[in-house]
Amino acid sequence: MPASLTLAAHDEHLLTRETPIQRRRVRAAWLFLAPMLLCLALVAAWPLLRTFWFSLTDANLADSGGGSFVGLSNYLFHDESNWSGILVDPQWWNAVRNTLHFTVVSVGLEIVLGLLVALLLNIKFTGRSLVRALILIPWAIPTIVSAKIWSWMLNDQFGIINHMMLSVGLIDAPLAWTADADLSMWAVIIVDVWKTVPFVTLLMLAALQMLPSDCYEAARVDGIHPLKVFWRVTLPLLMPALLVAAIFRILDSLRVFDVIYVLTSNSSSTMSMSVYARQHLVEFQDVGYGSAASTLLFLVVAVIAMLYLYLGRRQMEVRS
Amino acid sequence: MSLRQLKKTLLRFGFWCLIGVLLLYAVFPFYYAIVTSLKPSSALFEVSYWIHNPDFSNYATVLHQASFLRAIANSLIVSLCVVTLALFLSVTAAYALGRVKFRGRGTVLMMVLGVSMFPQVAVLSGLFEVIRALGLYNTSWALILSYTIFTLPFTVWVLTTFMGQLPHELEEAAIMDGASPWVTLTRVLLPLLWPALVTTGLLAFIAAWNEFLFALTFTLTDAQRTVPVAIALISGGSPHELPWGLLMAASVLVTVPLVILVLIFQRRIVSGLTAGALKG
Amino acid sequence: MIKLKLDNVNKQLGGARILRDVSLEIAAGEFVVFVGPSGCGKSTLLRLIAGLDSICGGDLLIDGRRVNDLEPRERGVGMVFQSYALYPHMSVYDNISFGLKLAKTDKISLRERVLKTAQILQLDKLLQRKPKELSGGQRQRVAMGRAMAREPDILLFDEPLSNLDASLRVQMRNEIARLHDRLGSTMIYVTHDQVEAMTLADKIVVLNGGRVEQVGSPRELYERPASRFVAGFLGSPKMNFLTARLHAPGETSLVDTPVLGMTSLPFDSSNLAAGALLTMGVRPEHISLKVAEAAAGIVVTGVEYLGSETYVHLETGQDEPLICRCEVSAGWQAGDRVELQLDIDKLHLFDDDGAALKRTPHIIENLRSDVSLHAVRV
Repeated sequence: MPASLTLAAHDEHLLTRETPIQRRRVRAAWLFLAPMLLCLALVAAWPLLRTFWFSLTDANLADSGGGSFVGLSNYLFHDESNWSGILVDPQWWNAVRNTLHFTVVSVGLEIVLGLLVALLLNIKFTGRSLVRALILIPWAIPTIVSAKIWSWMLNDQFGIINHMMLSVGLIDAPLAWTADADLSMWAVIIVDVWKTVPFVTLLMLAALQMLPSDCYEAARVDGIHPLKVFWRVTLPLLMPALLVAAIFRILDSLRVFDVIYVLTSNSSSTMSMSVYARQHLVEFQDVGYGSAASTLLFLVVAVIAMLYLYLGRRQMEVRS
Repeated sequence: MSLRQLKKTLLRFGFWCLIGVLLLYAVFPFYYAIVTSLKPSSALFEVSYWIHNPDFSNYATVLHQASFLRAIANSLIVSLCVVTLALFLSVTAAYALGRVKFRGRGTVLMMVLGVSMFPQVAVLSGLFEVIRALGLYNTSWALILSYTIFTLPFTVWVLTTFMGQLPHELEEAAIMDGASPWVTLTRVLLPLLWPALVTTGLLAFIAAWNEFLFALTFTLTDAQRTVPVAIALISGGSPHELPWGLLMAASVLVTVPLVILVLIFQRRIVSGLTAGALKG
Repeated sequence: MIKLKLDNVNKQLGGARILRDVSLEIAAGEFVVFVGPSGCGKSTLLRLIAGLDSICGGDLLIDGRRVNDLEPRERGVGMVFQSYALYPHMSVYDNISFGLKLAKTDKISLRERVLKTAQILQLDKLLQRKPKELSGGQRQRVAMGRAMAREPDILLFDEPLSNLDASLRVQMRNEIARLHDRLGSTMIYVTHDQVEAMTLADKIVVLNGGRVEQVGSPRELYERPASRFVAGFLGSPKMNFLTARLHAPGETSLVDTPVLGMTSLPFDSSNLAAGALLTMGVRPEHISLKVAEAAAGIVVTGVEYLGSETYVHLETGQDEPLICRCEVSAGWQAGDRVELQLDIDKLHLFDDDGAALKRTPHIIENLRSDVSLHAVRV
């Protein structure tokens, strides 16, 4: 992340000789960090390592022994001219496809809508702070609750969305939003977009407020068309913040679970990687196989996160 | 009216229309949940946009369910404990990361950031094992412990940002006065960090209150469930006969406190979220 | 008695050397001012003494004891920060008493000391106020009170007046001077303001590029600068510098200067070669002007009227324009043609590296008669 990189620049200072004063301070720092690091080791690092390990075993939820080592056969296994394992499981690839579909569409929509709303709310008008507070409501509502509210609104027989669309004449017959295989992904996306646009808007608004106002004044004095100003000035300057928001959202979307689980349960047309992994872990009690799916998901997220950190570092270097 | 004026008026009109649409989009689903929750079950299946003759029977039913009240209590206990734990652990960590220069500082920050990006499901089986080993399965402690995986990185990150913004000389003045790092933190820096603590705590609270996956996996009985799980598991005779009125009443009940908090602390929440994301 | 001694102190930050081989002795009760341009290392030096930064090489001794590795509180120093850095959530009383409390001073003597400190600084009536309810000058006094409360032997000031407006600065300057007289403690004061340095200091330390350029009383530094840097740094307007060339080295030097022509000056240049490049320095107040013959002389290019005096700018055609400090009554105007008269006794001569050439005192007298006043050759 940018800030940590700029702060890290001070670390150079340590290349020179350390005195007892410094050493005492550094020791205090590590002491202060220790509880947090211990806690994260217990709830993050160790469980992650165990998950990796489980993915190489045939562990089962029922027996607490931890199973026995089976190599990579949870991932891929050749058995009498038959391939098995996650990597040849059409269900898994379906989950991957769904997750990517969900991520691309919902993040795309969120970024565009978030930016538009932010631009709208960046204009000064009376009651602006009230509007800003009100649009935060979807963000504050628990995902489970918003999924439930929307599944009521999207109800095929009594849902208000169908009612509205029917009365306007958009459709002739009620749509089965959450049950229809073609529509259910859209239902999930609608709910997720509704919930997360406020977050993106907030980030964009904060970024907009950090833009130098003299650019705009200069552009206005020169009589440049506002749309051109947006493309040439605002958007390039917003790019870093936009990128940050996009990455945050992408990482969130790749691990999506709650919305899908509540809205469409384990339906295969919306099943994400997280839902798939949990299904195997908890419902089928196949810890080995489920852990293998979790590990794959972790690897995907890790690669994207690394890419992001790498790009962030590069960007910092370019800028400085 | 000149053409210019007309254009201006039209622009204004369009602008307010957009604001109206935006507000409708943001607020309508919640409003509709309220409308539904105030209907008797007989009127449930007629679509209506307004509240006619509010009927509180759904609320009465929900509030008489011991399991729902229990879930609210559990959620409160879990969220408050997580916030306290996360803040306590992250305040000292943020002091070290935000104010002391030491080798490995960048690495620790990266690690914290990395953990915040973990897919929860990736640690599910390992964490399950840890929780069982500690004998915490199906207790609130299981959730309190596991929730630190997403609250702690966040609180550390945001508090480090806030901590770094406090003036250098203040800490140096404390050092000259003979204060140890602990005294500097607790008696000089923390009193100035209260607003940040409130913000960060609030955001962590909301995150913990809303969590679903761990709560679903690490608790088993009604007595231990949190609100999101309780709501997700409300069911009727069949999937098509969900008691929507009841569900919406429960939803409104658990959301209203959050909405009020958000409206009150809007500014702080924004500063906390942006400190965590943009400045980070 | 030597209170504080720096012995070849070095400081490195990353690759940059902030301080190089700084050696210095400060006597008990002395008021020492570190002065220099920004980035010269003066603040770093102060922080090393305070214990806020670590020393990379060399020794720091207080009362003969090596304190390099001691915590600030163990060194017996108090510090006043540029931004005051008062604890915003504590009252004046708590700000002043914080250090005493941490030192586990018993309640009665703590109260006594806070009240005494407050009385010295005229803060008695403000003890219950928070810093944000105080004026700039009052905050400054609280900052001093906090530094003084533990009665340290050495008080450090890091540009303490730079946040105050001009009139308040003069007032606080006087208060600090009075405080020094009253407490008699050793004070080390960092500033970039030469007026503060000149008026407050018993001893000024001029730093440049991490090195000590010169140490001495304000008067020594002003009248006998050891280097061209010190000569140019102290005094306003700046000393005038003119390029000159050494004609014949020796105990008295024969120098070819643009203004004086070939002149014999009482400086020892025996270690330099003939033809060496020199710089001649003369302060604005040591140039006097005389009306020149119609076509001869130098043209006055500008006159700045300051009320008590005027600065006359002269274009010599070489070097920087000269500035000369004149009485208002002389009534010089732009366009006037003037002849310069330089007081040989007040001239300075620097070699090519900027080091001042040594004066040869015994021959000043006989030189004086023939070249005390010189006409200009343009």
